[in-house]
Amino acid sequence: MTTKKTRLLLKLAGTAGALLLSLGVAAPQEARAELRIDITRGVSEPLPIAVTSFAGAGGRDAQMGADISKVISDDLERSGLFKPLDPRGFLQTPDQLRTGEPRYQDWKALGAQALVAGNTTTGADGRMKVDFRLWDVAAGQYMQGLSYSASPQEWRRIAHIVADAIYKRLTGEDGYFDTRIVYVAESGPANARKKQLAIMDQDSANHQFLTDGQTLVLTPRFSPTTQEITYMSYFNKKPRVYLFNIDTGRQEVLGDFPGMTFAPRFSPDGNRVVMSMAQNGNTDIYTLDLRTRRQTQLTDAPGIDTGPSYSPDGQKIVFESDRGGSQQLYVMGADGSGVKRLTFGEGRYATPVWSPRGDLIAFTRQRGSSFAIGVIRPDGTGERILTEAFHVEGPTWAPNGRVLMYFKDLPSGDGRGRNAKLYSIDITGANERRVSTPLDASDPAWSPLIP
Amino acid sequence: MRMKFLALAAVALLAACESTPNDAANGANTGAQQTSVRPGSSEDFVVNVGDRVFFGFDRYDLSPEARATLDRQAKWLGTYGSVTVTVEGHSDERGTREYNLALGERRANSVKNYLVAQGVSPSRVNVVSYGKERPAVVGSNEAAWSQNRRGVTVVN
Repeated sequence: MTTKKTRLLLKLAGTAGALLLSLGVAAPQEARAELRIDITRGVSEPLPIAVTSFAGAGGRDAQMGADISKVISDDLERSGLFKPLDPRGFLQTPDQLRTGEPRYQDWKALGAQALVAGNTTTGADGRMKVDFRLWDVAAGQYMQGLSYSASPQEWRRIAHIVADAIYKRLTGEDGYFDTRIVYVAESGPANARKKQLAIMDQDSANHQFLTDGQTLVLTPRFSPTTQEITYMSYFNKKPRVYLFNIDTGRQEVLGDFPGMTFAPRFSPDGNRVVMSMAQNGNTDIYTLDLRTRRQTQLTDAPGIDTGPSYSPDGQKIVFESDRGGSQQLYVMGADGSGVKRLTFGEGRYATPVWSPRGDLIAFTRQRGSSFAIGVIRPDGTGERILTEAFHVEGPTWAPNGRVLMYFKDLPSGDGRGRNAKLYSIDITGANERRVSTPLDASDPAWSPLIP
Repeated sequence: MRMKFLALAAVALLAACESTPNDAANGANTGAQQTSVRPGSSEDFVVNVGDRVFFGFDRYDLSPEARATLDRQAKWLGTYGSVTVTVEGHSDERGTREYNLALGERRANSVKNYLVAQGVSPSRVNVVSYGKERPAVVGSNEAAWSQNRRGVTVVN
């Protein structure tokens, strides 16, 4: 796998300068036997990492520095690839690390394999400057240092960006911490469920409701710029696909379709929304060009064609259809040509979502009353089930294609129905985690990295 | 105007009564029900005709029982020619959200097509699918599921 690693390192070098943030400390020479987590297999032992406080000169900066290192530490821990060590055992102070070299023996004695130190200061212009450095403790080597500046309100984003940089440096793959989740918040009894669009950071912070729950809404999905959401709404009892602008709050119906439209997703370039329309008992897939407002029909088979999702290069669309007798996955060209069946397994296959990396398609599988989340290669090989339950549904990819989020229904204590919650899982099937939400939650959609 | 029906199921009360009381005095009511149910009203439809039909798992074909219910609905709609209806298609919880939306639309159209074949003008019958979003009965067993796989004709 050396070729792959080399490629990944080159990719890193190529994109480092593109960060919106200023590069502070010069990148050192690559160490030969460098610290690296191989995440191509399941990680049995998370990497012990010491994340020290990003304490500033004092006062407000000190508190913010502590908060930043907590966010970084929590991000790394949740990934399942890192084990942040308890800061109470740390022997070297942030101040000592700021001005001097790490005492590698001390950190080694704690079991740390990687060490992170940082600093937070507020400039005369009111902007916050955050820098961090990363060391390989075992090799006694400095690995990376970067510096970012932003307005103080953005401190959580900066922390996520630092966590992404650490993740990338140690795994060779892009991080996914500077992202958001849009989902459907649920409350009330099962037969009159109130559903609202809600948005939050990937770590559940900065939670916000986008709609008030008066109208039933379903299946929100992000645009590539993360500024817009396409979703389905029963506004005026007319189920249609809508567009929601997060900045302005403006909502608009997409297209002028004679029947119910649903199951929307953006094309990777953001210029189109692909969706299903049901009319007279038949459901086909259409696209709406957001620039020309032109509607194009892509499928015309009798039956239910739904759940369309573009490949990351925009050339293909995976979708589900019952044209063969039961729900299965199919792939076609983005113009509807060359339809090929992808799944032949036992059970029904639904809600396909193409990985942002292009290498896998995630799906929901149903056998009898049991549901599962799985992945399959775009050529139909390598099918794997990651988690199984009654009931799991609706996977969505983290932008690095390493982690999936979905919702799971658990029986509620009062027997009056279920409690839907969000969960994330590594594509190895390891590290299933509950994603915290204030209410019940379903239909999650993971944003791309925030531009 | 508002009217009260003491002995009716809660579901019947959901439909607001907006027409005048005497616009359909010559109803299809067989007389078995209390006089408080106004012939031609949505309550009359729910109580004396039957507003819903049920489907098999992942099916949208009509059983003989469902057809008998729809025959009564068509007859009632023939009597009250100014009434328009919305057919709601629903599924049980076993199935993915988007597929169930499409399945509910199929079921609603099965009901609509049958009513139209019995002479009801298609312009009087609207359809909407709620998929698995609005179960009639809460529960995760066949008893609940069989009640939730339904087409409900709602008097507008």
